[in-house]
Amino acid sequence: MSEKLHPVTIEVNGVRREAQVPARLSLVDFLRDELRLTGTHVGCEHGICGACSVMLDGEPVRSCLMYTVQADGHKLTTVEGLVQADGSLSVLQDSFCETHGLQCGYCTSGMLIAAQALLNANPDPSEAQIREAIGGNLCRCTGYQQIVEAVRLAAERMK
Amino acid sequence: MSEFRYIGRKRRTKEDPRFVSGRGRYVADVALPGMKHVALVASPHASARIVSIDAKPALAMPGVLAVVAGEEFCAATDSLAIGVDAPKVTRWALARGVVRYAGEWVAAVVADTRALAEDAAELVEVEYEPLPPVIEAEKALAPGAPLVHPAHGSNVLYRRKFIWGPVEEAFAKCAHRIAFRATWGRSATVPIETFGVAAQWDPGTGILDIWASIQMPKYPDQAARALRLPGNAVRVHYDVDVGGSYGVKRGIKHTVLVGYLARKLCVPVRFLEDRLENMRGGDMQGPDRFFDMQVAFDGDGVIHAMKIRAVDDVGAYAGRSPFQLGKPVSAICGPYAIPAIEYEPTSVMTNKTPQEAVRGFGQSPTNFAIERAIDRVARHLGMDRVELRRKNLIRRDRFPYTIPSGSTYDSGDYHAVLDKALAAAGYPALVAARDEARKAGRLAGIGVSTCLEPSGGNSAFEVLFNPKNETTTWMESCLVRIDLSGAITGVINNSSSGQGHESLVSTVLGEILERDPATIRVVRADSLTALPSNSPVGSRMAIMLGGAAVGAARQIRETLLAIAAHNFECSAEDLEYKDGNVSLKGAPEKKLTWDQLVEIAHRKFHKLPPRTEPGLQAKFVWEVPTGGGLPTPEGRIQIYPCYAFEAHIVYVEIDPDTGKPEIGKYVCGHDCGVMINPDIVHGMTFGGIAHGIGAALYEKFSYTEDGQLASGTFMDYLIPSAMEVPAMKIVDHCTPSPLTTFGQKGSGEAGYLGAPAAIANAVNDALEPLGTSIDALPMTHLAIWTAITRSRKGSEHSVVPAKAGTQKS
Repeated sequence: MSEKLHPVTIEVNGVRREAQVPARLSLVDFLRDELRLTGTHVGCEHGICGACSVMLDGEPVRSCLMYTVQADGHKLTTVEGLVQADGSLSVLQDSFCETHGLQCGYCTSGMLIAAQALLNANPDPSEAQIREAIGGNLCRCTGYQQIVEAVRLAAERMK
Repeated sequence: MSEFRYIGRKRRTKEDPRFVSGRGRYVADVALPGMKHVALVASPHASARIVSIDAKPALAMPGVLAVVAGEEFCAATDSLAIGVDAPKVTRWALARGVVRYAGEWVAAVVADTRALAEDAAELVEVEYEPLPPVIEAEKALAPGAPLVHPAHGSNVLYRRKFIWGPVEEAFAKCAHRIAFRATWGRSATVPIETFGVAAQWDPGTGILDIWASIQMPKYPDQAARALRLPGNAVRVHYDVDVGGSYGVKRGIKHTVLVGYLARKLCVPVRFLEDRLENMRGGDMQGPDRFFDMQVAFDGDGVIHAMKIRAVDDVGAYAGRSPFQLGKPVSAICGPYAIPAIEYEPTSVMTNKTPQEAVRGFGQSPTNFAIERAIDRVARHLGMDRVELRRKNLIRRDRFPYTIPSGSTYDSGDYHAVLDKALAAAGYPALVAARDEARKAGRLAGIGVSTCLEPSGGNSAFEVLFNPKNETTTWMESCLVRIDLSGAITGVINNSSSGQGHESLVSTVLGEILERDPATIRVVRADSLTALPSNSPVGSRMAIMLGGAAVGAARQIRETLLAIAAHNFECSAEDLEYKDGNVSLKGAPEKKLTWDQLVEIAHRKFHKLPPRTEPGLQAKFVWEVPTGGGLPTPEGRIQIYPCYAFEAHIVYVEIDPDTGKPEIGKYVCGHDCGVMINPDIVHGMTFGGIAHGIGAALYEKFSYTEDGQLASGTFMDYLIPSAMEVPAMKIVDHCTPSPLTTFGQKGSGEAGYLGAPAAIANAVNDALEPLGTSIDALPMTHLAIWTAITRSRKGSEHSVVPAKAGTQKS
């Protein structure tokens, strides 16, 4: 590869990561291929499906629409970063298991990121607010019903 | 349900924890040392002759290993298998000489990274001589139409007219007849994960290892054949999580291409579709079908005969797709006691992306056409649609019920399920609400559909549609091992795409062996260690994999009883099996525990009964119940064993200014017999309904007149989000199947089989006061708005917006 490389420093799930990356390397490719954080998935690569959602300084973003260099100096949270310090599932993750809020698991990481961002901002969301918050994340398996139930359950359990 | 210990009870799945923690292992997560990447050169023309291909500039790029085009590839590999008897309709991953649809792959570039491969693919110069394409099925059927495969001599891939019962007599006698056309738009399941495959050739062992996002029967065999390898030289790893499929993940052409490249270059090679490749050149679009429907019925609403001409546009190549007209033979009269049916399936080729299997394998479009017919009969007679259905639904005392096309429905109580759904929907109140809304000038409608889900995944439409194909078994298998520690492992023989097979097998094994499913592990063989399997298609795994697991577990139980009988010097009939322990009836202290029995089996040959294999394992291979038959000369055949039933009730209001429908209520009455894991069944049903909402209202692979795909992104191929899919209610009913161990039926395609029909009926009910109707899916906002606008011209009727009801339009 003869492409010019650019230095980046990004805090990913609490760990400081330094790398040299080409300007055109998307953030999701960096996470998956360079850091091997394969929990973040690629769905459409044009910003619609939300499978690649990660949190950038606490806000959900599409990592397929961002270049790695744009994340320089920022803090990222991926699905791997949602698990608790002792390795156990978060309340939200556990709630997804309780309501079976997933099937194939492919959109799940992005759903969890979108839902966790909602709960961080609004600990007691209504069904309409939950649907709004995950409205940018497509799921082909569940019809969303058990996902909405999972987010409601997590909110109840965190009260 | 109380007769079961684990089956039918709320249980968390085995699979969910690894997915919520980001620890799924999909094909894109398979990283092989030294792996190279593929990018494709795709045809910009729907039909063209390839004049020349110049790969030199691409090959000159640093990091590029190879550029392979059709001449080389087609000479080195065999054409892919197709279902019907059409040997001249050959198909390879790379075009040779001509291209037959826009997006067809012309050359493959292999490079160090995907980005470099894409850079190089842009440098491959292909010169084309465009030819006139044929894009619509009816034009493709017309005399003089351009031929997609000239060597085949016709654009018709398959056509046959079946007549089951006294159709013409009924049409002559009946007082009433209707005729109309129902059109199902080209859509598909479009999983969020695209298809991907990685392959590695080991010249030392002569084995090609494959990891793929696959859901396909006979996949290893077909890959090996096309690559001219013996079956035991291809090893497919089934421990790859598949990110959704619902039928379409059959990337056999991708696999043969990547397998060929990996072998040619002796390096691991991976290809992951990008979204456009998936939607255009991935060959994963679904049925594209119109139905010319005729119905003959009495003034009292009893239907006596139906004629169905179904024309399906399968695109440019055949594959397995023509069989999607075959599955509906197994439920061709729907849940109704219609004694005479004429069915004329016609499979037509055009210069569009080839068709692949979609959830329900052609049944949902057929259900839509039948349910539109039912509503039209009711409208014709001025009868209530629910009453008309009640009148024609097969009554519970008539099961097992053999339909005119030869399949026998195993069991059902359709009236009870419909009544339950109506009750849950508050039907009279719903009707009152609709009528109130109409009085206020709004467009409101209620949709009803009552549909079947044939399940059990027999493939008997193959022998029906292709006399040269004598496939009459569609078996499934399970291996159960009890290790020396006493732990149970179930081995299954396929990959999964969210259906919860690990949960299914552990629950079934736990039920039979009376051991906690939480302690049971389920793993996947690879294709060289696997027992025979036909993969999770056709709503078959609860029945077939569940049945295979039962068979193996029962053998383990019998072995344990035999060991105890030998050691107690009694007969097995004198013994009692409980929680894995075996004791003498009436003398519970005389007992061998699970651990003791397992230890005898593994270590104490002297305590084993004669002719007992040491160790403790059992395999079971199960043939589909009712399977094995060949068709009669009239084309009557038993296709699927089990028939699940669903009754959908939908309330819709339409914004007259935008044509936007809003679903206000959704209820689905569902009877799939005994549910093994209710959360999994409900989840798949909710998902099927959401997918059905997409097919009914939003999703379409649209083509321009010159054959360009106009909806190749998620900005124009619209997948319903949580904002379009409403909260739904499922009402369960249980009519056990007499053909399965626990009474289960299949349910993997549930919801999708009745939702499009119900939504179409709801929209049409809303449009009824305007005197207009729509019989083509998807009923996009534009299509609905157009129907409203046209009906307003020449009428004084005015409507107000759906929600507020305040503003006169």
